[in-house]
Parts: sequence; C-alpha cells; structure tokens
Amino acid sequence: MADAKTNTEDYLQMYRQMVRIRAFEDNANQLYLDAKMPGLTHMYSGEEAVAVGICEALEVTDKITSTHRGHGHCVAKGAAFKEMFCELLGKEEGYCRGKGGSMHIADQSNGNLGANAIVGGSMGIATGSALRAKMQGSDDVTVCFFGDGATAQGLMYEVMNMAALWKLPVIYACENNGYSEYTKTDEIAAGEITARAEAFGIEAHQVDGQDVLAVNKLTTDLVQRARKGEGPFFIELMTYRYHGHHVGDINRTYYRTKDEEAEWKTKRDPIKLFGDWLTSEGIASEDDLAALGEGVRQEAADAVTYALAAPYPDGSEVDMHVFLEKT
Amino acid sequence: MRSITLSQAVNEAIAEEMRRDETVFLIGEDVAEAGTPFKVTSGLVEEFGTGRVIDTPIAEQGFMGLAVGAAMTGARPIVDLMFGDFLFLVMDQLCNQAAKTHYMSGGKLNVPLVLRTNLGATRRSAAQHSQSLHALVAHIPGLKVAMPSSAYEAKGLMKTAIRDDNPVVIFEDKLMYQDKAEVPEDEYLIPFGEAKVLREGRDVTLIGTSSMRQVCEAAAAMLEADGISAEVIDPRTISPLDEATILGSVKKTTRAIVVDEGHQNFGTTAEIAARISEKAFYHLDAPVIRMGAMDVPIPFSPALEDLTVPTAEKVAENARRLVAGELIHAL
Ligand SMILES: Cc1ncc(C[n+]2csc(CCOP(=O)(O)OP(=O)(O)O)c2C)c(N)n1
Ligand SMILES: [Mg+2]
Repeated sequence: MADAKTNTEDYLQMYRQMVRIRAFEDNANQLYLDAKMPGLTHMYSGEEAVAVGICEALEVTDKITSTHRGHGHCVAKGAAFKEMFCELLGKEEGYCRGKGGSMHIADQSNGNLGANAIVGGSMGIATGSALRAKMQGSDDVTVCFFGDGATAQGLMYEVMNMAALWKLPVIYACENNGYSEYTKTDEIAAGEITARAEAFGIEAHQVDGQDVLAVNKLTTDLVQRARKGEGPFFIELMTYRYHGHHVGDINRTYYRTKDEEAEWKTKRDPIKLFGDWLTSEGIASEDDLAALGEGVRQEAADAVTYALAAPYPDGSEVDMHVFLEKT
Repeated sequence: MRSITLSQAVNEAIAEEMRRDETVFLIGEDVAEAGTPFKVTSGLVEEFGTGRVIDTPIAEQGFMGLAVGAAMTGARPIVDLMFGDFLFLVMDQLCNQAAKTHYMSGGKLNVPLVLRTNLGATRRSAAQHSQSLHALVAHIPGLKVAMPSSAYEAKGLMKTAIRDDNPVVIFEDKLMYQDKAEVPEDEYLIPFGEAKVLREGRDVTLIGTSSMRQVCEAAAAMLEADGISAEVIDPRTISPLDEATILGSVKKTTRAIVVDEGHQNFGTTAEIAARISEKAFYHLDAPVIRMGAMDVPIPFSPALEDLTVPTAEKVAENARRLVAGELIHAL
C-alpha cells in the first residue's frame, strides 16, 4: 500500500508527472491554436498538484472518475502520451478509438472510468464503483474528481447521502479553481463547500491544491482509512486554472483580472513550488530538473508527431460499440 | 432588408418581449455578463439588470423547477439550457411538472414558460454535446416544440413562444448562430403549426426541420440539374405539426423524404412519415423515406461524426431513386 511519498524516486515521480501534465496541455493548446485539433478542450495547467498528489496515493486497481477538464487526471493515473494525443485528434489508436475525444479521454486499463462532459455526471458512477467494491469485498478505493461548479448538482447530495449511510470507499475530490466557466465560485456556492459533506457526517478537509506534498500526504491517509471501511471522505482542493475555461476563452478580463492570473502563475505555481523544495532539500539539482523537463517535452513532441500522422478510424467503426456484441 | 445572425435574432426577440412584458425574465448558466457560451444573450443584462437576467449555479433541474413555479404563479420565464443534451437533467421538471400541470389541474393552472436550447452535430463535441433531442419532448403531450431554420424563423418563433400560455421548447441549431438571414425591423410573429413552403415542385416533397431545411434546399438545387422538381417544406414547429401543408404537398408530388437531425429510430422523421402514410396513402407512388441521424451516440472523430448526419448528396440520391421508381424499400 502506498505510503505518503518519502523517497527520492517517489518525489521525482511526482515532479515528473506534474511536468508531464503541463507538457501535454501546452501541446494540446498549440494544436488548437494551429487548428490541428478538432473541437475545443479544457486545460488542466495550474492544477497539476491535485491530480498528481491524489493519483500517486492510489494503486492501479483503484478507480477514478474524471471531468471535462480531464487530461491531468488521465496522465496522473498512468496514461501514455501517444494514445492520449491520438484520442485528442480523433485517431484510431486513441484510448477511445477516437470516439471520445478530449472530454471523454481515459486510460481504462489504469482504472480511469472516464472523463465526463456532463458536470457532476460521474458522481453516481464513482459512488457505484465504491458500492461494488464493498459488496464484492474488494479493497480498492474510488476517487471522484469534480469542480467547484459541480457542487451545485443535486446528484451529489443524493449519492453522498448513500455513501455515508453505507460507509462506501469513495473520496470526493472537489477541485476548487475559483470559477465555473465565467462565474466566480462565491457567486454560485452558498456557505462552505466542505460543510455540505459534513452535513451528511462525512469527514471533510480543505487543502492547498498547489502543494503536491500536502495533497499526497492527506490523500494517502484517507485512502488507507477508506480501504478499512472508514470512508467516505471529502477533500476540497484550492487551486487555479491558468488558461481560459476552454482553449477558446481568450479574453477573460470581464470575469477575472490579469493581476490575479499573474499572482497564481508566479507565486503559486505547483511545479515551481515543488521544484524549489526539491532543490532546497538537496533531493535534485536544478540541472536534474531541467534535464527531466527536457526529456518530458521531447516525449510529448514525439507523441504529437506520431498522433498527427496516425490514421483516423475506418468509417465502418461508426456503428461499432453501440452495444457489446458477444463474439 | 437588413440581414442579421440567428444569434442576434434570438437576442432581439427576447429583448423586445422583455420590454413589452415586465413579467418576462431570463434564467440560466452564464446568461448575464458572459451572454452564454454562444454569445446569444449579450447585452441583455445591461438593459434589464441582474433582477431579470439571472445567472444560476450549474443546477439545471433546480432552475427548471424554479421556472415552472414562477410560471404557475404569474411570471413568464425563459429558461436557457446551454446544450440540448442537458435536457436529460431537467426531464422531470419539464415533462412531469410543466407539461402536465394545466391538464392535472383541470385547466385551473398553466405554465407559460419557454425553454430555449440547441441541437446539432458536427461541431466535434462528442456524444454528450451533440445530440438533437427534440423528438423526446415532442413525445410528451402538453409541450410545444419549435425548430427555427434561420434567423427569420428564430425571431418570429421566439416571440410567439414567449407569448404562448403553455410550455414551449425551442431548439436552435448551434452551428447556425452566426448564419445571417433577412429579418424585418418591424415586429412580426410566426404562428405555431404553420409550415413554410420554401420551394415549389412536382416530383418529390422534401421535408426538413431546422438546419435540415438548408440540406433539403441544397438537395433540391442538385435535383433541378437532373430535371427533378422538388418541393421543400420546413414544418417550423413539430408540435403542433402543420399536417395540412405537408399532406397537400405530398398529394401533389406523390413522393416524400423527411429529413431531421434527431436519431432516426422512433424519431421526428418517423412521426411525419407515419402521418403521410396514414393520411395520403392512396396518393403515394413510393414509400415515404426517413432520413435521421444514424442511430449511434455521436462520435468525436471527424472521420466518424460526418457519417452520422444526413447530407444534401444523400437526400438527392434518395430522391433520384424514388423518382426513378427503384425498389427503395430495400434501403
Ligand atoms: C450538466 C452540465 N451543465 C453545464 C455544463 C456546461 N459546463 C461545462 S464546464 C462548466 C463549468 C464547470 O465548472 P467546475 O465544475 O468548477 O469545473 P472547472 O471547469 O472549473 O474545472 C459548465 C457550466 C455541462 N457540461 N454540464
Ligand atoms: Mg471550477
């Protein structure tokens, strides 16, 4: 079982995973700007410590459910760039054979039950996965990722009630990035978000979502307790998205200031904060981190090149997978 | 005459009705400052204030329910549902509450609300943001369903919807928001249940809803080159449906193709085709053909998505085969 990450290799793995998410998103954004990506996509940049801190506390057999802003969860749960970029471009070798795209991207083999284009749409799925674990005596835990905006959905309260009644091994991870689309969270959420979970008797925590070590330590503890039947739990992770709501949301000053964005990017960047900590603790040198970053960027660039050249699915696939057909 | 976009036409209709009737208000996600993701309601909050242009949390079932209650007690809400796909989140409030209240109360209560939302694929938005779900609500007695096919229709139908004393659901095609059409400056309303004949013809009737109207018009132009004369009809509202215009046309042409972007199975095309078969059977020279979206969730990949929707080429091809008397029931 995963302990909070405490050795050099684990620290560097967390750092690498955060850098990988950032690199994935930088490339995705560029593909959009170059008009090489069909449709729109929602960037996870800025929120890396949330997905990585949590997923590094999980085993491959643990499950997650993801959101419309799901690339970060997908990478953090162990997905490979090649299949992810192929999916983003609607290519046959994508994780969903091009049928899902950005909003449904997921590496199912690593326990990712899917990104979801319906806000709050996965709360039932995550809780149901935890119900199955309990019924079948399996010790896996399910983490449900969702945004602050999703806390307005009624489904959340129906399933948290049942999860609490039946002590299900599910962790609700609310990524509070301050906004839902173009609206500030304060304007659409009454009271404290953690208090909503507490009303059902669910233990709730608020944590700095830019601090990967804090996220990882808390989650590791909660996952272990959830495995023992002490769940469910609720975590509110305070974070920030660097880009617009989606890649096309360029002019944002009507809903948030440039100063605010600059403040988060310069003073609260999760990768920079963790990198500084690694060097100050003597765990890695600046050169080590730079080399790691370079390697990741190369890996991403190669995957993009591969995906751009990869074939689209054959037209005959269009009516495959509506049902599972017994062969 | 001036041309404006479909988005501007909807905006004008809402603004005019809000000026005329102070009980009209707009409610939904990011409708105020952001003016919706499609920028349809921009400027309304500046004129009418946040008291009548209301941003909500992401709580579709909740604000749909609020609208039903407000409508039952003297207001005229316009509910903005960002994507037609989110209909599944509001179905109870819309179909069990709004649709049935007048009937269940023996005519004592009524629910004058408008739900405006959208439909349409090929925007590369995948299975949960691309559906055309109008047949679902048209199935429910007590709901009216309008499907504007251009800026002109969008404005006239929206104004009629707001003045209607019953719940109305309007589906705009999200790919048409920037499309321009001639829209008079003077006020006009388009009555429900009145189809529009866009082109007269002798050989085949093409019935197209929403943007499928343009698909039918393009097909008719192709057919003309082959010497086939197609009549094109836009029903404009599918509930109520203008049967008289459709049947009159089919009795003349003896052939019909119904084109709609909802899934073909159990869809709008099926309903219209059935009414034609039932009521104009002895005038028909060929089976009525349905052309809906393929019966699959809408895929993301452009290589797949484009295969799922009816195209002008396919409509024209079917029309040619019908007119040639091919045994088309094997389609
Ligand atoms: C049920 C539903 N309503 C509305 C939307 C449109 N929408 C997509 S993302 C979003 C904002 C979500 O905010 P939040 O949950 O805070 O996540 P964030 O985008 O900030 O990561 C909205 C309103 C949707 N996809 N699904
Ligand atoms: Mg948010």
